[in-house]
Amino acid sequence: MDIGIVGYGAYVPHYRIAVEEIARVWGEDPAQIKEGLGVLEKSVPDKDEDTITIAVEAGKNALLRAGVDPKLVMALYIGSESHPYAVKPSGTVVGEALGLGPHLMVADLEFACKAGTAAIQCCYGLVKGGVIPYGMAIGADTSQGRPGDALEYTASAGGAAFLIGKDPLALLEHTLSYTTDTSDFWRREGADYPSHGARFTGKPAYFSHVTSATQLLLERTGYKPGDFAHAVFHMPNGKFPVNAALGMGFARQQIEQGLVVRRIGNTYSGSSLLGLTNVLDIALPGDRILLTSYGSGAGADAFVFQVTDHVLDRRDRAPLTEEYMARKEYIDYGKYARLRGKLKV
Amino acid sequence: MESAPLYWRLKRQKYNLIGTRCVTCGESFFPPRSFCPTCRRRGRIEEFQFSGKGEITSYTIIKSAPKGFEQFAPYTVAIIKLDEGALISGQVVQGTPATIGGRVVPVFRKMYEEGKEGIIHYGIKWQVDGTAAEK
Repeated sequence: MDIGIVGYGAYVPHYRIAVEEIARVWGEDPAQIKEGLGVLEKSVPDKDEDTITIAVEAGKNALLRAGVDPKLVMALYIGSESHPYAVKPSGTVVGEALGLGPHLMVADLEFACKAGTAAIQCCYGLVKGGVIPYGMAIGADTSQGRPGDALEYTASAGGAAFLIGKDPLALLEHTLSYTTDTSDFWRREGADYPSHGARFTGKPAYFSHVTSATQLLLERTGYKPGDFAHAVFHMPNGKFPVNAALGMGFARQQIEQGLVVRRIGNTYSGSSLLGLTNVLDIALPGDRILLTSYGSGAGADAFVFQVTDHVLDRRDRAPLTEEYMARKEYIDYGKYARLRGKLKV
Repeated sequence: MESAPLYWRLKRQKYNLIGTRCVTCGESFFPPRSFCPTCRRRGRIEEFQFSGKGEITSYTIIKSAPKGFEQFAPYTVAIIKLDEGALISGQVVQGTPATIGGRVVPVFRKMYEEGKEGIIHYGIKWQVDGTAAEK
């Protein structure tokens, strides 16, 4: 059965803060940080933007591309680690704002940076099982880094939405996950900022899970790295995905289009998904795309998509990811601190 | 500040710009009217969803914000003539500044929060056309 991405949409807030500006405040060497993290600047949400508003804008774009009656969308799963409410799902507001429902399954998902891809898996299962005609999966975040922490250079805001159903523009050929109990990054209930295991977030966490999920998927499907036109790996920074990809035998040009982290930072639940929307914006029918997300805690979801002819007529119905990335206004650390609620008044 | 029931009653207007239209004369109303002042008894009212696209007819910049909106100041409030006819007042978000006659498109944003523990109110604001969200 041909099930996959029927429509997709991106959203990135328009403010940016450059690595130089954050480094200036903390007395660090920006050249060293840019080299170390592979990130030049990150997106910053406005005061009136949060996971819900980002999810609505991305969702609107996905519906525009799909051209599907919103009432046929019968599931909405939103993955985020910055849901505005602790109790009351973001999906209730987003569903109503997108004109979905009320015959609608809703749940907010949380799995660090991979809750959005988990949402795609939920929708895929429901559509494949014949329970619903269409489901919408969204990954969106307005992530926070503790002032002065290395995370502050990358933790950003953005999101992407995917309408899953039949007659797709990208067929979902296969998906699997790899999950273990690995505490590399976490945030306790009520805590303002997350904590992390610094270097421990690398080898036993990100690399182990991303590589294991990807290799398992390659084994199951029989594909080789060279069979993919594009590959996207979760982007906590600009270094990890490059090293993971090269280590598994992917070439630089296969991952280039998906590496949006350099210009917008790590959008957490939106991160690998905005890499995917940027790839879909230029992909050609027949292209095979590999996507592996990563969520601390820890797990990775891997997918194989094959692009269909529908991408050509649906792509231009909504703004491209590049348009959102190019639309920007730089702010200084003072304004950034105000927008992110870091000033106590 | 609005109460939870009032916010709930108005959510379709606030989230989706659902107003009404008189089928007899074609005039559209936002906020919704249940009676057409022109056609009166001959009027027939139906629900109508506005696209949200329109043109700024006037605007002002709020620097002394009322209670609940202080964190957003300074912000722009405009009177917008929607393409389907009604006039509506609303906020213009950051980005390209407002100009009289400037085209705007709707965006979904947070309006205000009822303190740290209360309801978060969402709704439509406007963004000056010419940026990424205009399609």
